[in-house]
Amino acid sequence: MDAKEVRKLFPILNQEVNGKPLVYLDSAATSQKPLPVIEALDKYYREYNSNVHRGVHTLGTKATDAYEGAREKVRKFINAKSTEEVIFTRGTTTAINTVAASYGRANLREGDEIVITYMEHHSNIIPWQQVAKHTGATLKYIPLQEDGSISLEEVEKTVTSNTKIVSVAQVSNVLGAINPIKEIAKIAHKNGAIMVVDGAQSAPHMKIDVQDLDCDFFAFSGHKMCGPTGIGVLYGKKALLEKMEPVEFGGEMIDFVGLYESTWKELPWKFEGGTPIIAGAIGLGAAIDFLEQIGLNNIAAHEHKLAQYALEQMSAIEGLTIYGPKERAGLVTFNIDGVHPHDVATVLDAEGIAVRAGHHCAQPLMKWLNVSATARASLYLYNTEEDIDKLVAALKKTKEYFGHVF
Amino acid sequence: MSFNNHLDTLYRQVIMDHYKNPRNRGVLEGDSVDINMNNPTCGDRIHLTMKVENGKIVDAKFEGEGCSISMSSASMMTQAIKGKTVEEALTLSKVFSEMMQGKEYDDSIDLGDIEALQGVSKFPARIKCATLAWKAMEKGLYTNKQ
Repeated sequence: MDAKEVRKLFPILNQEVNGKPLVYLDSAATSQKPLPVIEALDKYYREYNSNVHRGVHTLGTKATDAYEGAREKVRKFINAKSTEEVIFTRGTTTAINTVAASYGRANLREGDEIVITYMEHHSNIIPWQQVAKHTGATLKYIPLQEDGSISLEEVEKTVTSNTKIVSVAQVSNVLGAINPIKEIAKIAHKNGAIMVVDGAQSAPHMKIDVQDLDCDFFAFSGHKMCGPTGIGVLYGKKALLEKMEPVEFGGEMIDFVGLYESTWKELPWKFEGGTPIIAGAIGLGAAIDFLEQIGLNNIAAHEHKLAQYALEQMSAIEGLTIYGPKERAGLVTFNIDGVHPHDVATVLDAEGIAVRAGHHCAQPLMKWLNVSATARASLYLYNTEEDIDKLVAALKKTKEYFGHVF
Repeated sequence: MSFNNHLDTLYRQVIMDHYKNPRNRGVLEGDSVDINMNNPTCGDRIHLTMKVENGKIVDAKFEGEGCSISMSSASMMTQAIKGKTVEEALTLSKVFSEMMQGKEYDDSIDLGDIEALQGVSKFPARIKCATLAWKAMEKGLYTNKQ
């Protein structure tokens, strides 16, 4: 793939910030949107905006076809067995919360264990803390290796026959570590636990096959993969979803409503209470078409090359610490000695470069790294070596600037 | 070195001096107003202790971690409120807040070093860094009043 050609499809990238051409290195927070996605949203609102699954009129049918068509695109994208296993949610957070609130609270009790890792995002920690508080179950953490990776030996040691849920990010949003989900799922299943995967940082960047991973639930967000905000996906194995109660009740998700009792629609709609995120799903469908046209494997190869280049160039800067393993996804989290990451981000912004600074919604991991905050540059299909060169030059300037004022 | 005038309006020499050599760093022992505050979106945190006697702030110290703006602002704030009455400190805080929002403020009050933070108002993403210590001071004094 040619990143320079791909860039042209992202109108937002063609602008100046603080008088410098924009270098967008914050795609792990949210990705930019290509023209086909912007146009799909525009077309929906201009031509066939209508509520779905009801009414007889023509626009309603068009909207329903597009909404359910997007579900089929998601099914193919992650290789789920059927669209009954694909639930549209507001994002990864809502997807994990649905599993926690529905499956977790119904199936766990005192003495049971939930196992996660130190590198989880808050949205894969707090839902489980709440389940533990509610049910009396215990929350346990798989410790990390020195470079921030996970060893299967530690997984074997932490997961026991009391473990009922194992929930792990496929890619860490801070360390960039790519976790061996398939092997962790095997260990979980061997112990009679289910496997939940936070795919927020993986689904946008690599080919996902939920059947091959053999995970029980897989959660991801549309906005990190060229889609709109406010749409995400919860994949779940049909046998589990069928036994679960909905979390939200109301319109759209019902079969029959009586005065005192009601019954639910079949899967997946019983989990989609209220008017669904129609435009969001259609936009996500367009994003999937776009990514598949370029090819997830091509995107992964491009990002791998760029990440290795960034690692090489940034490691050469004296006084710069990089966190996480060498073999990683397309992001580099770092600190410059003596300069707070907020100050780094402000100086980079003055150079037109957008990076994230802070705790990245991973306070337990920050504690493990023994830092209060870090800066992070994250990559996507539209980034180029030139972007990295500009980052490196600006980081050197940052050092000089603060070296001087100190 | 100065490669960017825009940045120089933010990182003024006096700010970097307070960052590098913070005044009133530490924790006051004994009977003092004790307040912890953090900025949950970025992880900055401050632990502020103030000794108030007969409506006057006789001493103030802070501990914490954060960026140059939040820590220098904390240093300047403790320096400014020492010896002031509670009312004077709260008025100063109001003036500071107006300055951060880029509003007109009462310039008859001598702001001293604090004036150097005026440039922060041009960097909307950093205003919260500058106001953290002041919010802690306000909360502490209001709680103490009650």
